[in-house]
Amino acid sequence: MTQPATAAQKQAPTSAAKSAGDQESSRRPGLRWDVRSLSLLGVLAVLVAVGGITAPDQFLAWSNLQLVLTQASVIGVVTVGMTFVITSGGIDLSVGAMVALASVWATTVATQEFGFAGILFTAVIVGVGCGLVNGLLIAYGRMVPFIATLAMLASARGLALQITDGSTQVVTVGSVLDLGARDAYILGIPPLVLIFAAVTVIGWLLLNRTTFGRRTVAVGGNAEAARLAGIDVRRQRLYLYLLSGLCCGIAAFMLIVLSGSGQNTNGNLYELDAIAAAIIGGTLLSGGRGTIIGSVLGVLVFTTITNIFALNNLETAVQQIAKGAIIVAAVLVQRRSMRGGDA
Amino acid sequence: MARTPATSRRSLLFGTAAVSAGALLTACTSNEPTNQEKAADNAAPAADDKPGKPVTIGFAGPQADHGWLNAINDNAKTRAKKYSDVTLEITEGSNDTAQQIGQIQTLINKKVDVLVILPADGKALTQVGLQAMRAGIPVVNLDRVFASPQAYRCWIGGDNYGMGLNAGHYIGEQLKDKKNAKVVELAGLDNLELTQQRTKGFNDALKNYPNIKKVARQAADFTVESGQAKMAQLLQAQSSFDALWNHDDDQGVGALRAIDQAGRDDFLMVGGAGAKSAMDAIKAGNSVLKATVLYPPTMAASAIDLARALGQGKGVGGLAEFEIPTSLTLYSAVVTKDNVDQYLPTGFI
Repeated sequence: MTQPATAAQKQAPTSAAKSAGDQESSRRPGLRWDVRSLSLLGVLAVLVAVGGITAPDQFLAWSNLQLVLTQASVIGVVTVGMTFVITSGGIDLSVGAMVALASVWATTVATQEFGFAGILFTAVIVGVGCGLVNGLLIAYGRMVPFIATLAMLASARGLALQITDGSTQVVTVGSVLDLGARDAYILGIPPLVLIFAAVTVIGWLLLNRTTFGRRTVAVGGNAEAARLAGIDVRRQRLYLYLLSGLCCGIAAFMLIVLSGSGQNTNGNLYELDAIAAAIIGGTLLSGGRGTIIGSVLGVLVFTTITNIFALNNLETAVQQIAKGAIIVAAVLVQRRSMRGGDA
Repeated sequence: MARTPATSRRSLLFGTAAVSAGALLTACTSNEPTNQEKAADNAAPAADDKPGKPVTIGFAGPQADHGWLNAINDNAKTRAKKYSDVTLEITEGSNDTAQQIGQIQTLINKKVDVLVILPADGKALTQVGLQAMRAGIPVVNLDRVFASPQAYRCWIGGDNYGMGLNAGHYIGEQLKDKKNAKVVELAGLDNLELTQQRTKGFNDALKNYPNIKKVARQAADFTVESGQAKMAQLLQAQSSFDALWNHDDDQGVGALRAIDQAGRDDFLMVGGAGAKSAMDAIKAGNSVLKATVLYPPTMAASAIDLARALGQGKGVGGLAEFEIPTSLTLYSAVVTKDNVDQYLPTGFI
């Protein structure tokens, strides 16, 4: 949808070849992506060094690793979904609002009566439902993704506010709360981190090892060429927004476990965090190239920065200034190492 | 080009599943607590409870997008209902300055007797306050103060500095016999002036206790999610401390969750604002939360009382003056296990 259709039509054959090439590199994460991810790993290593020097006792503890991964898990799952959407040349601005709506809907008094299963089911279905609406509007209603998901952002937040009436819905279902407790850790790994890991692995397989993934890249590379190549572009787009909604539903459930509550302010500015993490990770905002590993590393970079700031007790103002500077530095470092290694 | 949809057995199956899922979900939107305890209706009598001259009060507040503001609306409505001589004209809450100005102008045009205004932004709504006063409608300014004293007849609101002060004093008294005591602060949204005032009050109170040192301060943003995230980081950063002050009970839900998840119970925690969940926890006494410092939403009920007294030309009961005061700063009481029963009905959800 972001591609100019007429121009694309003219050079459809060559573009098809180009997107086929992209498919190839997406199917097997070759040298190019390794360099990209490696440079981000380098940034992460620098951050770890900074953390280790400035707050050695707290930062290098196992409990801190658990903490960083747990804090990364909710936004991480959202980012995996976002990566697919961006790879296809779209954008989903409604992720934060979908997380808010799903978390709120799943924690009403009425839903909580159904216990663990009720909360999980509701969170996931609400996410999928919102994703479905997004997908239908964009794929079949021919709306620009930016506008359609912006509309969803507004209405989902509104509906969340309507349901909560502004109050904080505290979860009283023991089995849900227990999932976030220390006793639930499996071999020292919090269940939320395991869910994050599972979503990452499935996302990676889906993008790099399946027809679905190749179609996603093809649609993002050149939608018209993809259509001429026999891909049902509209259905593919529908599935992608559905997938993003699903990820938001899962993330909402994780957030409920993490915070023990549902609130209409949940998921505040997740859309920006997720887009930023995906872009830093190496996914092209214009579509046609996406990397799950990069996105996850992007999320980890952000979470680690926040962690180091908090451990060093920096003021909010300083944190915000430094965060902006670090993002710019990370992208510059990445670009430089990219040029050195490949491309 | 057009695809004719073919109804297959599979899509029929999915359709049915979707419809039934939808039905179940719709049943889940209800959010009514089983036994409802709402809003304050405290027994303390106002000027007098006997019906007097009928008064129409216009009430304009911001959008009730969190528990405290919601409680403000509830308190105002419940209080107005209590008086047979009061008619309450309440506007749809809005956070948009222009929209709120429009709403207040509508109330002015309707010629209500008194206005109660909780501005979304005090400075930005000063002009419309002036406009009302010039039109002969006295304004009771609730909490967020107008830039000019000419824009209101009476201001009533909470005391952010006092909140910090009282939280600091309470913690100071609890820790006064402890050598090298460490205190941690979980602040609210840092770019709000009220957060700075709360922190200043807290710091000033702690200066009275030389044995206490504030070792860390991080700011969350009043949401449960941010409370959990920032508290988890603070707990990681400080392997031991003696007391924690959290500015806001909403974000406190998340903070308590983080404390629970980290398995920490080696300190005492004081909350802020006075949410029902916090008071319940204080009453139960099985968590680190031992107290909360009020920022009472009952101020909206008092604002209705003041507006009614204004409309009827009376003073406040218990004071010698014939008129209501121009300014009322409410006390930020410390709610502990000893007095929690008294405050529990004012706790907001």
